[in-house]
Amino acid sequence: MAFKQHTISINGANISYQRGGAGPTLLYLHGAGGTGNAMPLMNALASQYDVVIPDHPGFGASDDPDWLDTIHDTAYCYLDFLQQLDLTDIIVFGSSLGGWMAMEIAIRDQSRIKRLILSNAAGLSLADIAMGDVFLWGDEAKVRNMIFDKSLQDKVLSAVVTEEQQALANKNFFTTAKLSWEPRFCNPNLDKWIYRITVPTLIVWGDHDKLFPEAYGQNLKEKIPHAKYVVIKDCGHLPHVEKRDEIEKEICQFIHEVA
Amino acid sequence: MKFTLFHLMPYSAVDLDAIKDYETVWVGLPNKHYDREAGHQLYQRYLNELIQGEALGFDGIAVNEHHSTAYGMMPSPIVTASYLAARTEKVKIAILGSAIPLRNHPLTLAEEHAMIDTISKGRLISGFVRGIGAEYHTWGTNPAFSHERFHEAHDLIIKAWTDTEPFRWIGKHYRHEYVNVWPRPYQQPHPKIWVPSQGSSETIEWAAHPDRKYTYLQTFSPIKSVYKYLQQYRDTCEKYGYEAGNEQLGWAVPIYVAETDEQARREAKEHFENFRNRFLKMPIEMLLPPGYTSLASMKNITKSKAQITGDITLEQACDLGMFFCGSAETVREQLSDAWQDLRFEHLLTMLQFGTLPADLTQKSMQLFATEVMPALRKTVAETKTAYA
Repeated sequence: MAFKQHTISINGANISYQRGGAGPTLLYLHGAGGTGNAMPLMNALASQYDVVIPDHPGFGASDDPDWLDTIHDTAYCYLDFLQQLDLTDIIVFGSSLGGWMAMEIAIRDQSRIKRLILSNAAGLSLADIAMGDVFLWGDEAKVRNMIFDKSLQDKVLSAVVTEEQQALANKNFFTTAKLSWEPRFCNPNLDKWIYRITVPTLIVWGDHDKLFPEAYGQNLKEKIPHAKYVVIKDCGHLPHVEKRDEIEKEICQFIHEVA
Repeated sequence: MKFTLFHLMPYSAVDLDAIKDYETVWVGLPNKHYDREAGHQLYQRYLNELIQGEALGFDGIAVNEHHSTAYGMMPSPIVTASYLAARTEKVKIAILGSAIPLRNHPLTLAEEHAMIDTISKGRLISGFVRGIGAEYHTWGTNPAFSHERFHEAHDLIIKAWTDTEPFRWIGKHYRHEYVNVWPRPYQQPHPKIWVPSQGSSETIEWAAHPDRKYTYLQTFSPIKSVYKYLQQYRDTCEKYGYEAGNEQLGWAVPIYVAETDEQARREAKEHFENFRNRFLKMPIEMLLPPGYTSLASMKNITKSKAQITGDITLEQACDLGMFFCGSAETVREQLSDAWQDLRFEHLLTMLQFGTLPADLTQKSMQLFATEVMPALRKTVAETKTAYA
């Protein structure tokens, strides 16, 4: 499936997005690492859906605008994005940091959203169970802690990183810090307003996530009681990388179930 | 040349064998490795070493701020500087520096510095720093806003020190309806400001700006880097349209003086290497959290990663000119040569470092003060006369 790259101007900032496929619209909100590792899954989903994959402001090929300071700025940016492209009845699928953005968008306005899919999402914090500290993990520990399968870890670690890829990774990591250093990967007020999420929701969680332990998934399920909760076995923080077929199956099944 | 006795006050009583499995003494070293009696004795010893600086003829004595670490026992330089203000008469007291972005309320610093300046009758030198990367981990402050907060906190403090009417402050990080700091600083318009740095271009541009002309201090670096960054500061001033005065340049460097070169190296080796390879060391993720440095600087740093985090022996440090260690004659000559080339007015001597014990610190301080410092002052005076 060929994705086409587009740019849209939002509040003076150029936001880059890729779009491909046909069918109901599925908006993918990427995690802290960017869109790259999700493209194989996106390719698969594009056979059934009109897949829209933006680079968040401050990430990838998008501008890093002066107005970008908090997760709230990204939520309003995406509400504008949906309005400008006039996307309706969409499926919003957010992974990790993108899952947090998806919730921040939905508590404000879910009128354009038909279904929500959250994978190993940031956004809520548990006082008695610590998150992993992605900011203190070194390059190797980051891979080892995010991915469960040892051979996949080794494969990722042996890949050559070009200077261009490193520069992009630095940009993404800087913006991740800006949005989520403190309070760490959460909005303490999200708990209060999460009840506003009423659209059918699927929560997917890798059972060996060392960044947001599985208890975070259970907590999210408690806060969105109508959600379907699926734990992916032998999987770390990135089901779309590690268990692509399984998460694809769960996503398609969920969408068909509530159609 | 002016001499400042700079102390890091390390918790040198830490059992280095017991903590050998920790990659660093920053952020996560459990404070069960801290002993209160040893702490008490070290505070007494270190504060007395600083106070002694006055009698030994130093122009200034200096303290700094670091948090959650065995590297230094000065989470609050306000406390140490206040104590020193009460125990000294004439010597300047430099805070190098207060980590202003780490404070949620920088006006508390405007007040505290003004108090110390007033109590000491205008002997305070205010240093402003961002705090090192590790402190953004322990303190929770977002490193992505480190530069912004530093600049805004600085602007707020200076305005609070110099305006004589209450004012509003509507900034991005700090907002106040009534800024009205009492007491005002004793020195007018405010204490001199020194900016210690490892050579970030952003900091050099900012400190050298004609609105500020702050003294730039290159901290613990190979002499090649000291040349590079002090020259960069001078060039920046020229670009701004003025010539930098020597008083705008300084250098902080560990020094050890003993009877002979051989003896100096033998006595200092273990303690210097503990300083460099145990106390100072931390992984790059801790040193440079995302946003703490610009994306452009980060690119260069990624390349020189191994060099930053690897160990250095005393011999290598001496060869690199990041440590001056030898007989009085050797140290005198090396510093004199460095001064001839660099023309910095401020030499900040770190005469205690790492685990260097009291007796060796004492010997080195005495030798430096009697056999190095006066000769260097003479060299500088003669050179200035010759060029006058």
